[in-house]
Amino acid sequence: MGEAIVVTSGKGGVGKTTTSANIGTALALLGKKVVLVDTDIGLRNLDVIMGLENRVIYDLVDVAEQRCRLEQALIKDKRFDELYMLPAAQTKDKDDITTDAMLKIITELKQTHDFVIIDCPAGIEQGFRNAIAGAERAIIVTTQETAAVRDADRVIGLLEQHKIPSKLIVNRVRPAMMKRGEVLEINDICQVLAIDLLGIVPEDEKVIAGSNAGEPVAMNPTFKSGLAYRNIARRMLGDMVPLMTLNEKTGTLTKLRKFFGMS
Amino acid sequence: MTVKQHIIIKGVKDGLLFLLDDQCDFEAILNELKHKIEKTHQQLLTGPLIHITVKLGNRTISEEQSKQLTEIIRSQGNLIIHAIESDVPTVPKAHAELKVMTAIIRAGQEIEYHGDLLLLGDVHPGGLIRCTGDIYVLGSLRGVAYAGIHGREEAIIAASLLRPSHMKIADYLCPPLDQFENSDGVMEYAYIDNDQVSIQKLTLLHRENRLPVIMRGV
Repeated sequence: MGEAIVVTSGKGGVGKTTTSANIGTALALLGKKVVLVDTDIGLRNLDVIMGLENRVIYDLVDVAEQRCRLEQALIKDKRFDELYMLPAAQTKDKDDITTDAMLKIITELKQTHDFVIIDCPAGIEQGFRNAIAGAERAIIVTTQETAAVRDADRVIGLLEQHKIPSKLIVNRVRPAMMKRGEVLEINDICQVLAIDLLGIVPEDEKVIAGSNAGEPVAMNPTFKSGLAYRNIARRMLGDMVPLMTLNEKTGTLTKLRKFFGMS
Repeated sequence: MTVKQHIIIKGVKDGLLFLLDDQCDFEAILNELKHKIEKTHQQLLTGPLIHITVKLGNRTISEEQSKQLTEIIRSQGNLIIHAIESDVPTVPKAHAELKVMTAIIRAGQEIEYHGDLLLLGDVHPGGLIRCTGDIYVLGSLRGVAYAGIHGREEAIIAASLLRPSHMKIADYLCPPLDQFENSDGVMEYAYIDNDQVSIQKLTLLHRENRLPVIMRGV
């Protein structure tokens, strides 16, 4: 019997789908049986980020409305034998599926997988209610913006009402801006939201490149962001992995200048 | 004719004791009292000054009712009311209604309470507390707080860290908080002073003489 984890944030554009894809990939790398469920009906993206767009035949709504069996809708990943994805419908609406139907699908997926990662749509309406229906844990994704933190706070409150415990990922961390005091400190965010930190992911162009290429960045541990996602996956399995330090790379010229006391 | 008596008059060493029935209608007591004092017991109640203690039993009366009682007894020149006593324990209201709550009030969450509220936890930006009485927060108050929402102007809002996005006491809206900004981390409270919300260190609250406690010692 596996575990269903919903990835949510309240605010859009903070990286829920990217996080879902990369955590799923990282867990698969660690040998876990994983299924990713895209619940963003009408605006599906997870298939693109996983590079599985042209393999979508059936979707979540087809399963809910029993036009196909669950196994028929599952898409096997290119890279792993034990990583699957259940895509969202593109031509439907969030209201076209009920929480009961969702709960049934998630329960069924838990029987055959170690982890069911549910990618939640932005907002706190029906789509959100569907996504959290079968989840027993939540991962909250936020960035260092006040607006994102405020929405995360709202979502944590809603999850608490459903007795779903949540952990935090601070995404798109910008060390330089943090040093200048232009964005919220990681510690401050944790303190304000009063939940445990699962990990931080640095801002990295490679993440966008990877998403566009359909190759999650977690595949490549030489990227800081890729390593960050792998660390998060290890922490989810109970490993104690220290938070990565995020010092901006200093160029040779800067080092020389520093040496001569010019900066 | 035997009618059940609502008032029993007893003689004690320092005067008379009026024992009132606590089950019947208050109106009936007034009528009977009037009847007794003016008609049946007149001869008994004339003469030197007599101290009267009225025992209400298991009944509480309003000030208006107490005045009515006094008037009837006073109508006889030589009767002086010594005390009106009730068996119902009187509890200070503010204490009886204090509610202790442990919670984090997050964005979009709201609590309302009739009485005073002590919150052990934080109020996040976007969270809301509404109370008919005082609000005390053992934690940081960064959301919205309304105290005395039914017009109680003596209500206060106190917090370990008083940084609400805005707050109201009765109908008075607090001016922007940056006017009060203090950074030394002392606990503060907001109250109405001269028709506007003011902020003061919590340690100075006792000077307002709210619910004073007299310390006993050697």
